[in-house]
Amino acid sequence: MNAKKKISINDISKDTEKLTSVKNEDLMPLPSLFVQEEEWTPLSDDLKEKYACILDDTIILPIPRPKTVQEEEALVNQFLSGMRKLFTKENNWTFIQILETTMNHCARCNTCSDACHMFESTGKNEMYRPIYRSEIFRRIYKTYVKKEPFAMWRYGDLELNWRTVARLGEMAYRCNLCRRCAQTCPIGADNALVAREIRKIFSQEMGITVPELHAKGSMLQLEKGSSTAMTKLVVKDNVEFIDEDFSEETGFEIETPWDVEGADILLIHNAGEILAWPENIAAFSIIFKAAGISWTLSSDLAAYDSINYGVFYDDVQFARTAILHAQAAKKLGVKKIVLGECGHAHKALTVIADRVLPEELNVPRESCFPLLRDIVMSGKIKLDPSRNNFPVTIHDPCNLTRLMGIIKPQREIVQKICPQFREMHPHGPHNYCCGGGSGYAIMSRNTIPEWRYKVAGRKKLEQILNAFSDCRGPDQKKYVCAPCSNCKGQLRDMFEQYELLDKEQLIYNGLVELIVNAMVDVEPGFVKWEEE
Amino acid sequence: MSIIIYLLGYTAIIVFLIAVIFRVINYIKLPMHVRWELYPVAHEGKRASYGGSYLEDVDWWKKDREKSIIGELKVMIPEIFFLKAVWEHNRPLWLSTYSFHLGLYLICAFLGLLMINVFAQLIGCSENCLITYVSPIMRFFGGAGIILCLIGSIWLLRKRLLEPELKEYSGPDHYINLALFALASSIALITWLFVDPSFTMARDFIVNMITFNFSPIPNNIFGLQMILAFIVIAYIPMTHMSHFFMKYFLYHDIRWGDEPNVDNMKTQNNIGKVLNYPVSWSASHIAGHGKTTWAEVATFNPVAQPES
Repeated sequence: MNAKKKISINDISKDTEKLTSVKNEDLMPLPSLFVQEEEWTPLSDDLKEKYACILDDTIILPIPRPKTVQEEEALVNQFLSGMRKLFTKENNWTFIQILETTMNHCARCNTCSDACHMFESTGKNEMYRPIYRSEIFRRIYKTYVKKEPFAMWRYGDLELNWRTVARLGEMAYRCNLCRRCAQTCPIGADNALVAREIRKIFSQEMGITVPELHAKGSMLQLEKGSSTAMTKLVVKDNVEFIDEDFSEETGFEIETPWDVEGADILLIHNAGEILAWPENIAAFSIIFKAAGISWTLSSDLAAYDSINYGVFYDDVQFARTAILHAQAAKKLGVKKIVLGECGHAHKALTVIADRVLPEELNVPRESCFPLLRDIVMSGKIKLDPSRNNFPVTIHDPCNLTRLMGIIKPQREIVQKICPQFREMHPHGPHNYCCGGGSGYAIMSRNTIPEWRYKVAGRKKLEQILNAFSDCRGPDQKKYVCAPCSNCKGQLRDMFEQYELLDKEQLIYNGLVELIVNAMVDVEPGFVKWEEE
Repeated sequence: MSIIIYLLGYTAIIVFLIAVIFRVINYIKLPMHVRWELYPVAHEGKRASYGGSYLEDVDWWKKDREKSIIGELKVMIPEIFFLKAVWEHNRPLWLSTYSFHLGLYLICAFLGLLMINVFAQLIGCSENCLITYVSPIMRFFGGAGIILCLIGSIWLLRKRLLEPELKEYSGPDHYINLALFALASSIALITWLFVDPSFTMARDFIVNMITFNFSPIPNNIFGLQMILAFIVIAYIPMTHMSHFFMKYFLYHDIRWGDEPNVDNMKTQNNIGKVLNYPVSWSASHIAGHGKTTWAEVATFNPVAQPES
């Protein structure tokens, strides 16, 4: 008997050690990649003592474990208080229309289930079925918040206790918010949004947050200027080093401009690139200089880091960050903001902020990819595609494609400069998430990395391996173009876990690196398969 | 008894209209949500074919947007009339749910044709005029609609009761909805086969309703059928089945809601309004700083450092 099949909705409230456990034998097999998955590393006793580790083998949201009946009741009451606020227009004008329609009209037909990569990767573990989480939330809403007549009888009973709340909160972090489930819904319901709204209750009402997203994420960005903790002095120093290093390495002199008033473009990078992938920063500087673009970076608070983790869990933090980004652009008097290679930053500032920023801060905002496409196609920079003559595939960041519709520009570029380009299937707006979506890529506590490899990123890895099915093995160098910092973080860790550089000569990186690698004015070898 | 059925008819129609209007107004009066579109967006013209958007252009805000109604129709028609999303993503469910939905569509078409007959009768049209041509089609739509609705509702009921994946997520509301449809269409089938094969009783009943002529109901089974039909009419918009009209908003306003805020007074006015809404979230990074509106909270930095 398989344990995963025993989970029912009412199990969420039961006094059991954990709700479920994804067994190795249930995991979706990876194509021709013979790996022996390790058993889950047990969570420490200290962790279990402090936090409600009662969902599965991982803990992402550290919910303090109640020690007394009063604390248990307080947890439930705080949650209900937040849930009530979630359904008021004053506190949740941002999403109440979408949330209410999803609550009221989902037919619970399961059409969305197979769209979820985690549901598929775990061998259809019930907890990962998109409507499992939503149905629990819906029953609480109908019974305790909306208080519909005979709600428990009409929609199904559910015991609301501290375990229900704690598991629901943790379960909100078993979703990448990729919204592939929403894309398939015949009615238009959005079960991924429900996960995000649960996260909001915990953050905005209960003050319970994921440290990487909040204390070390959006709050650090508001305090220091970046979730990397780089202050403006440090970030300018670091970029100066990058300029020096890559000027020497490429033979192409660059000096990244800072705080240039009246420049055409304010470029905002994900600051994580500066520390983890400096070649991405250098590549932008090289391309923009070669193309004669008038541009600048800003050293204002938060304006040198495009991340906006509020998108994943908190509307207030989202708005604060978006406003700081827009204020920096306004101060410099630039014509527009261009977002670097970061998917969630794209969606946050270009799309979501569109109905948040007041008129005086409504600076035009666009993706870097159309601009890069125009540069590449214009002939302003000389390119030699033979330098990129290795198999290349594109990973589509969900925020950029399914949620923004930016599909073609990056493809037009790789089709021009990468002779061996091939698509993953499916791709474009129907892509699969990398598994790091909604912030997991920056999390490495307890067993989170194991979960990212085994569950969240498994489908993407399958797609990547299938895209290179004609050239598997260590003899052929291969490149996954993943133009998003978060996605790169996930691929980096996953490739390392499965030793894909050694076994497959497989690397990942962004789009601008491929462009610079093909530039004839730059020394060959910008893209590297190992440290040289 | 007959007059009660007539009164039930008026009540059902009024309840239906009020429930539909209530749901629509309830949606519209809520503040405009932030943009949360999902691609492909059907009205994006040629770009819709691969899921692209106007955001693929440099300086997109300076360019005219192509907004294709044809593109929307190309998606809406297969979705509405053939349940394309279920066909693509949940094939095992498609035949049962399509039988049910097609049955309902045919019944709607039947009612439309029945109303033509009714008005033809009201204006004194003879049997040789329009009615002659409309009636056979009407009878076909009515009969086929009732049969398909019956098959579909029983089939869906069976699936929800027996298939574990559906059963786990089905509540009494599902069973009641489907059982009500099954019961109403069963009685409708009996009525059609044995009592009113040409739907003349139905036509006369509606003529009587319109003219407030509460003539006795000629047959008890027919009367029962009308009672059940009126219960269904009043009940549908109060359930999740109200998606039949709310789907318009779910698709056009949410999934395809990509209207940018470029010289958009409506959006700007809305932003001005919502930013002045009070905020009462309790978490410490939001509350306790004396900031009460969204504008104040969003422009306040709780961890701001003094400029060095």
